[in-house]
Amino acid sequence: MDAARPYLAAFSSRFLLMLQYRAAAIAGFATQCWWGGIKVMIYAAFFAAAPGAAAASPMTLAQVITYTWLAQALLALTPWSADPEVALSVRTGSVAYDRLRPVDTYSLWYVRGAAWMASRAVPRAALMVLGAGLVLPLIGLSDWAWKPPPTLAAAAAFAVSLPLALALSSAFLMIVNIIVAATLTDRGVNVLFNSLIIVFSGNLLPLALYPDWAQTALLMQPFAGMMDIPLRLYVGQLSGTGALAGLGLQVFWTSALILLGRWAMARVMRRLEVQGG
Amino acid sequence: MPQILVEDLAKTYRVAERDPGLLGAVKGLVHRRHRTVQALRDVSFSLEAGELLGFIGPNGAGKSTTIKILSGILKPDAGVVRVNGRVPFTDRIAHVSRIGVVFGQRTQLWWDLPVAEGFDLLADIYRVEPARYRANRDELVALLRLERVLDQPVRQLSLGQRMRAEIAAALLHEPDILFLDEPTIGLDAPSKLAVREVVRRLNRARGVTVLLTTHDMHDIEALAQRVIVIGHGQVLADSPFETLRANVLAERRLVVDFAHEAPDLASMALALPGVEVRRRKGQTLELAFDPARTPTPNLITALAAAHEVVDIHVGEPAIEEVIARFYDLHGAGEA
Amino acid sequence: MNSFHLILRYFSASLRSQLQYPGSAIMLGIGAFLTTIIDMLAAWALFDRFGQVQGWGLGHIAVFYGVVSTSFALTDFFTRGFDVFGGEFVKTGAFDRILLRPRSPALQLVGYEFRLSRFGRLAQALLVLFVGAAVVGVDWTPDKVLLLAWTITGGVALFTGLLVLQASFAFWTTESLEVFNVLTYGGIQAAQFPLSLYAAWFRNFLIFVVPLGCVAYYPVLAILDQPDPLGAPDWWLPTAPAMGFAFLAASFLAWRAGISRYTSTGS
Repeated sequence: MDAARPYLAAFSSRFLLMLQYRAAAIAGFATQCWWGGIKVMIYAAFFAAAPGAAAASPMTLAQVITYTWLAQALLALTPWSADPEVALSVRTGSVAYDRLRPVDTYSLWYVRGAAWMASRAVPRAALMVLGAGLVLPLIGLSDWAWKPPPTLAAAAAFAVSLPLALALSSAFLMIVNIIVAATLTDRGVNVLFNSLIIVFSGNLLPLALYPDWAQTALLMQPFAGMMDIPLRLYVGQLSGTGALAGLGLQVFWTSALILLGRWAMARVMRRLEVQGG
Repeated sequence: MPQILVEDLAKTYRVAERDPGLLGAVKGLVHRRHRTVQALRDVSFSLEAGELLGFIGPNGAGKSTTIKILSGILKPDAGVVRVNGRVPFTDRIAHVSRIGVVFGQRTQLWWDLPVAEGFDLLADIYRVEPARYRANRDELVALLRLERVLDQPVRQLSLGQRMRAEIAAALLHEPDILFLDEPTIGLDAPSKLAVREVVRRLNRARGVTVLLTTHDMHDIEALAQRVIVIGHGQVLADSPFETLRANVLAERRLVVDFAHEAPDLASMALALPGVEVRRRKGQTLELAFDPARTPTPNLITALAAAHEVVDIHVGEPAIEEVIARFYDLHGAGEA
Repeated sequence: MNSFHLILRYFSASLRSQLQYPGSAIMLGIGAFLTTIIDMLAAWALFDRFGQVQGWGLGHIAVFYGVVSTSFALTDFFTRGFDVFGGEFVKTGAFDRILLRPRSPALQLVGYEFRLSRFGRLAQALLVLFVGAAVVGVDWTPDKVLLLAWTITGGVALFTGLLVLQASFAFWTTESLEVFNVLTYGGIQAAQFPLSLYAAWFRNFLIFVVPLGCVAYYPVLAILDQPDPLGAPDWWLPTAPAMGFAFLAASFLAWRAGISRYTSTGS
């Protein structure tokens, strides 16, 4: 227990600190409503325009809509950009202090990054449940609402998959952080990874709606586990052995990225220390 | 009519307040409490062309507010302001093309541009006629010794170099009036001297009216013919510098080194009204006295008669001390 | 020196500043080109799966998108001063410096930075626009070229208006309001699909409140020689971009109110 104490403290202090940014949360929520709303209307138009293609679609419109709201609600759980604290400490050189602490730097940054993403996601997701899950049905738009999971099994699979998604996102965030530490700037990296994540996590469009020939590759790549897999589990689009495979992919990519991150971090830190960092 | 005329100037700010903590933040969303701060109560003064005025006062006394109103970026609540016959904030564009302003902590130059290119751009912004601009720029460059930094981006200049470049930048359009808000803040001693020298020469040679705020009393001592002391939004004193010093504190200091351990003044039983011990350590005794009550020769004679004196030094209290006393006297010390 | 020349002087100074770090601007430009490609990706996948929507194909969407995105890219070159206004001018008090100069504040903010890196977005937008137009077979007669230019000008006016409005709010909030990104980046997203796809209330928002539809949907219908399926009269289609200028004018009212507030509170 004592060994984990610094990391638990780092997590909770960052989490509580970030929760205080109300204005940012409200702005984020407004943005997500706008994007979610547009997407829902567009999907509805496409499904209505081609009944044949809609029937053959791997996801029903109701599933796509719930997926869309969830994706907006959990947007902050994906590693959109390098941890701004890490970027700042690299720029100002205070990264040296992190190296002086008697803790494992990788783990420290990892939990702080996880806290950063989780704390930004929680208030936004809560507002989104209220907005898309409760208000929309109340004003007579239940066709466009965020629906609960169809089965208990789907709910359980989602409950397992969501923390795994955070673990995977944090592992990927560490890769981004390490690139920032190595290149000493966060500009280029953020622009590049932003687009990759938007597309391949399913945020832009549910991965199942891309052409059928791309489906296997889309499911296997690491970004799917950050959002698409838990959301497919939630709406019941992945179930049975498919569900197990999805969870397995999340575990695999999380472990692989942590190993990669630790290896890269050791190298970068050695170099920073040589430079007097 | 004076060049700058200020009468009965008043300005209040409304400052939003909120209770600490989460509850306070939530309450602040619904209902904001406001506190009014009276930045200026009743400020009046006037300034003739060519004067060099020092403006001093503790933080929050109203110096910056006054400068902002005079430079046209802030509207007063009440009172009269005329600069060159204009009302600064209603006639902003005409007004600001005739003044130069330097804020010690902010740059008006372009960080990534070489100094010379920033000057060119400013000449375009102020519509300075090209031939005049070149002549004026060359004169300022020589005066401020900027030849070596003209080709360097501003971000590479030292603070002292930057401040000299800032002053040049504020003068490219040949303003009649120069406002300097803490121009020596953060500078090293040689740079401070250089800035003071330049300001003095601009004032003497070009007849530029200068209004200077500062916390560094040496700036005032070196430059200002006239000083306005401001506190709690009011003018506490407006007088020549020497008068201010004489009025506020007529006190003199006498430092005496004795041959043996410094004596206790009380034990000497001398009749010396208005003399107090400021410090007594080893063989040294420091006395504060009012020369109007005990003339300096009398004091020295009395001491030398009672004990063996090695050395004597008469001085004045440091200027910072004078001003601090002055603020205290008017209840205007920093809150 | 008149205002137009001064703007050019500002821009050339800004370009020279940016060229102090030549790699950065080029990289960002190329990055922007590559990353904005994904804007069309979702539309492509949806058409691949569903074939068409209300008779519209991917080519049409590309023209809608290309027009509105070109307008935004052009706006983005010169509006950075307004975009960062709250954080960099109001909060820091740097707006004082703007007021100390004998030129209009809006002009000085336009001159604040000319964002070289935006060429990537512009190149992408024009590419999508003209490829889309070729796919649906737009015949670029002189009057259509003129109409396109007029539409894009209206779009630039609208997006500039949005950024001026964002900056105006900063006089009260002292922060840059990122919510406005919804109306700029989100606006491109919304305006790339025909208005007829949306619910009536959202359509009305895009016509009457933030008239993105007027600088994309209506004039593009005229370029495509299509009547409005929702029944707007034909004369309205090429006239609609004027709404962009109306929006810009309204934004400047807010801007002036903001400056007046700043000069009476000093914060």
